[in-house]
Amino acid sequence: MTTLTPVLTANWDQPNSFTLEGYGDYSAARKALGMDPDAVIQAVKDSGLRGRGGAGFPTGMKWGFIPQGDGKPHYLVVNADESEPGTCKDIPLMMANPHSLVEGIIITSYAIRANHAFIYVRGEVLHVIRRLQAAVAEAYDKGLLGKDLFGSGFDLELVVHSGAGAYICGEETALLDSLEGYRGQPRLKPPFPAVAGLYASPTVVNNVESVASVPSIISNGAEWFAGMGTEKSKGFGIFSLSGHVTRPGQYEAPLGITLRELLDMAGGIREGHQIKFWTPGGSSTPIFTDEHLDVPLDFESVGAKGSMLGTRALQIFDETTCVVRAVLRWTEFYAHESCGKCTPCREGTYWLKQVLKRLEKGQGTEEDLTTITDIADNILGRSFCALGDGATSPIHSSVKYFRDEYLKHFEIGGCPFDHAPSTVWGTK
Amino acid sequence: MTYTPEVRERLEQDAKEIIGRYPKPRSALLPLLHLVQSEDGYVSDAGQEFCAEMLGLSKAEVVGVSTFYTMYKRRPMGDYHVGVCINTLCAVMGGDQIWDELSEHAGVGHDETTPDGKVSLERLECNAACDFAPVMMVNWEFFDNQTPASAKQLVDDLRDGKEISPTRGPKKLCTFKEASRVLSGLPDGLAADGPSASGPSLEGLKIAKANGWKAPEAP
Ligand SMILES: Cc1cc2nc3c(=O)[nH]c(=O)nc-3n(C[C@H](O)[C@H](O)[C@H](O)COP(=O)(O)O)c2cc1C
Ligand code: SF4
Ligand code: FES
Repeated sequence: MTTLTPVLTANWDQPNSFTLEGYGDYSAARKALGMDPDAVIQAVKDSGLRGRGGAGFPTGMKWGFIPQGDGKPHYLVVNADESEPGTCKDIPLMMANPHSLVEGIIITSYAIRANHAFIYVRGEVLHVIRRLQAAVAEAYDKGLLGKDLFGSGFDLELVVHSGAGAYICGEETALLDSLEGYRGQPRLKPPFPAVAGLYASPTVVNNVESVASVPSIISNGAEWFAGMGTEKSKGFGIFSLSGHVTRPGQYEAPLGITLRELLDMAGGIREGHQIKFWTPGGSSTPIFTDEHLDVPLDFESVGAKGSMLGTRALQIFDETTCVVRAVLRWTEFYAHESCGKCTPCREGTYWLKQVLKRLEKGQGTEEDLTTITDIADNILGRSFCALGDGATSPIHSSVKYFRDEYLKHFEIGGCPFDHAPSTVWGTK
Repeated sequence: MTYTPEVRERLEQDAKEIIGRYPKPRSALLPLLHLVQSEDGYVSDAGQEFCAEMLGLSKAEVVGVSTFYTMYKRRPMGDYHVGVCINTLCAVMGGDQIWDELSEHAGVGHDETTPDGKVSLERLECNAACDFAPVMMVNWEFFDNQTPASAKQLVDDLRDGKEISPTRGPKKLCTFKEASRVLSGLPDGLAADGPSASGPSLEGLKIAKANGWKAPEAP
């Protein structure tokens, strides 16, 4: 049996966890700044830490791509945009434990030789922004940011930067454009940010949880971290359970735990109901069903079953939920958030929305099912960035598992579901 | 409309402080748009001109940016900007019903403001609080685990000028303008208010503690 392993969440129940006093003395940063920067990169490589922002790219390898001795300034940009539907881990992490992020930023910046770092945080979370601002101010106050940290000669400036409402700004190159003061639209890759990122300088973009995990690796060692998780998906991560579960919430566990195990801890599906479908990693990851309860939640196993681990955003829906309604709503989201830069995504998400609306009202035909999968095929792999690909996940996976439910809609000329029982107050 | 000399001087001082934090001035554009929103309650013409002047941009460049982001409002919003999450998970858990009832109750739709100027409504996408569904936000503070009744009561209380506390946030809800100022990067000193975490955020930790589960000891 897999058990929970609170590390980043361990102090969240302390009333002062968001202050320096409640967090600790930045001993990991002190230790790292006494090491050779390359040794810090090596430790993170050895730990096996993979990006927690969705794609799972090895963090140490990403840092290693930053050219050294190039005479250019280097930057660290923390991706705190957290807007993928279902994803809700970085926000409580920054609210309760912002110093783990600030300490991780010091270590990461030192390793990649960056003297300027930014936290790009979505704007719609005021109190989280206050906590970040206060943590950064406190760190400056105690000499943990600014000039000559720990007498090492290393200088670091850190800025908390609020976004202004745009899911696409979570995509790393759109984020950089936004941080430079432009519309947040993705850039052509290559060049990758490691070569030409912020202000065309070498830049690491990492997720909040990736960076916040670094101090524990430096303190406890790469082997300690690699001792958790599975062969290729090492360490712990925060799993976010939401929806029709008895006790939704944040569960920090080794990668490779299963939904069945997590549900056991969370009191199961809400009383009197059964699981119908769920997302392993947010709305951009193909949905799973009750067949997949025992799939280890690591990058490889979830991938082998046709989905993606993504951000471990486990949105859980029981049998009262209409899958067509859910897919329509996600599709409306993608159409709304498409930045408009490329045709397949801009036009494709629009048409998907139109056809799905018709289907949901029971005014479609069986041909419409072919139409939506065709449109999705034309978006997938042909879009400029991964938002377009993500938009096709709910379409393809729902048609695969719930074709009959789509058919039912036009057989009876409407939605076969009463939506009231899905609500929190709908059934007891 | 242009700013009076006093207002302008104050804004300029704030703007200079913000611009000074960035290696390149243009990076301060989003913060400055939040700043002018904190003055006017929306991104006004004068505000956009001000941003353009401070950063040496054309007004068209500023407008091109401000219209891309949903948090910049082109019309004055209410003192209390109320959002209801209608993304899939919240919608299913009751957000759709909350929106329908609230919008009818308040008599305004998406991005519209009540005639008294107190409350505006917005349909929100996922606000990264799905474990607290159905979620609402007022001036970007969390109002977790809402019902249609609690939502209507909330808006009535806001319109009646009652003191309201967010579920996870400061004791006293600030106004839309005050919130925009914090977003521009100028703190209001309220960070220590409210819990570290609550409810669902602590579920996993509680279970781990009850079972004596921990991460392995460091070697
Ligand atoms: C549309 C879209 C939205 C994204 N949103 C986020 C986000 O909110 N946070 C995040 O860390 N990564 C997000 N990503 C992934 C980033 O592009 C990038 O891979 C990630 O920040 C890298 O960090 P990591 O290697 O530490 O995971 C998004 C990607 C896409 C395509
Ligand atoms: S895929 Fe969509 S979001 Fe990405 S660049 Fe194209 S239009 Fe923009
Ligand atoms: S779906 Fe409403 S907060 Fe995520």
